[in-house]
Amino acid sequence: MLSSIITISLGAILINNFIFSQFLGCCPFLGCSNKVDTALGMGLAVVFVMGLASAICWVINEYILVALHLEFLQTLAFILVIAALVQFVEMFLKKMVPSLYSALGIFLPLITTNCAVLGVVLLNVQNNYNFIESLVYGITGGIGFLLAIVLFASVRERVEFAEYPECFRGFSICLVSAALVALAFMGFSGMAIPV
Amino acid sequence: MKTILLAMLVLGVLGGIFGALLAYASKIFYVKVDPKQAAVREALAGANCGGCGYPGCDGYAAAVAKGEAPCNRCVAGGAETAARVAEIMGAANEAGEKMVAFVPCSGCEGVAEKRFNYTGPEDCQAAMLFGGKSNKLCTFACIGLGNCVRACQFDAMHIVNGIAQVNRSNCVGCGACVDICPKSIVKLIPESQRVEPGCSSHDKGGVVMKVCKAGCIGCMKCQRECPAGAIVVKDALAEVDPAKCIGCGKCAEVCPRHIIVDFQA
Repeated sequence: MLSSIITISLGAILINNFIFSQFLGCCPFLGCSNKVDTALGMGLAVVFVMGLASAICWVINEYILVALHLEFLQTLAFILVIAALVQFVEMFLKKMVPSLYSALGIFLPLITTNCAVLGVVLLNVQNNYNFIESLVYGITGGIGFLLAIVLFASVRERVEFAEYPECFRGFSICLVSAALVALAFMGFSGMAIPV
Repeated sequence: MKTILLAMLVLGVLGGIFGALLAYASKIFYVKVDPKQAAVREALAGANCGGCGYPGCDGYAAAVAKGEAPCNRCVAGGAETAARVAEIMGAANEAGEKMVAFVPCSGCEGVAEKRFNYTGPEDCQAAMLFGGKSNKLCTFACIGLGNCVRACQFDAMHIVNGIAQVNRSNCVGCGACVDICPKSIVKLIPESQRVEPGCSSHDKGGVVMKVCKAGCIGCMKCQRECPAGAIVVKDALAEVDPAKCIGCGKCAEVCPRHIIVDFQA
């Protein structure tokens, strides 16, 4: 049990990182990585939503959809859960951390359409994870996203002051540096953890 | 049939539960909005023109309620709205120094040397894409493709002979042109200020001579002639300090390049 949890965690954070090797959730990854603070807030919100969505969706899938043979509703029901969760996170942040709320702006409601969140719950079903495994995969997948976005935001903050050809200014240099960070993560690919 | 009904029922119930939970949560996490902000928002013209420099009337109302913005920035509403907003905020309706836009560039057609003949879209930003510079050799020059003209809501900006010019009687000082200018040369100056150098080039005199027939060469003649010490050459460009300027207009007279604009002339 413990070894499978470690395998799942390391896999989700490093080897099969949601952004760098599964290419899920690229929209907030590029949009919210101007500053490390904002990136950290976005990452934490995604960890929260992914973890909770994994847990709730597993329960709904196991006890309602599978029990009633309605597996074809999975995507729809999961989107419903994610949308409700994001609404909740938005209300919570608006009340408790208004500065982060305004810094995240439109990207907060956009977590709803963050494919990493829907991806993690669908992968849970695909991989036949049990409740604990789903929860761990959700949280560590979120931590993988957090790690990626914070690393990338730090890179971008430095790139701001770097000297590069003027025609690369703006989004081009951002995409080039994203590719280089992704390349660094390729070092983990193909690593196998003996069970 | 049974499957369809069951599917509808399951999703309906799930949606209902989440809706109820969210409704409950929204009560717990309700955020009080400053009543002043709502009152200010009511008093504004509500055109969402952005003339105040804030994103829409809501943004401006929030800034006023927080005390970060003056009461008289709503240009569409004019003096009447300013008075009402001031009443809500309990502040004196001070008018403040009126600012007007100014384009510090004299490099019109035939004066500034061209880098190339630009025939692309009528857009300064597009012209900037050619190596981040523009159609003129001087890197500080007004491109003259009228982004500021399109940004101006008050018909105060026009392209005259290849550079942007401000119609000072129409300008309300909203600063929309300042924000849009890709060269960042348009600036706001006090309306009472009599003179302002019509050049933005920080290049040294020799370089300016090569690329522009107008253009400040940093000869410091204005600095020496100014009786009040209000005009100083900094980084090869004359700058007027509006607080010290006594409005004698002497600098405009002595400038060998005739680029110091005298607004009373």
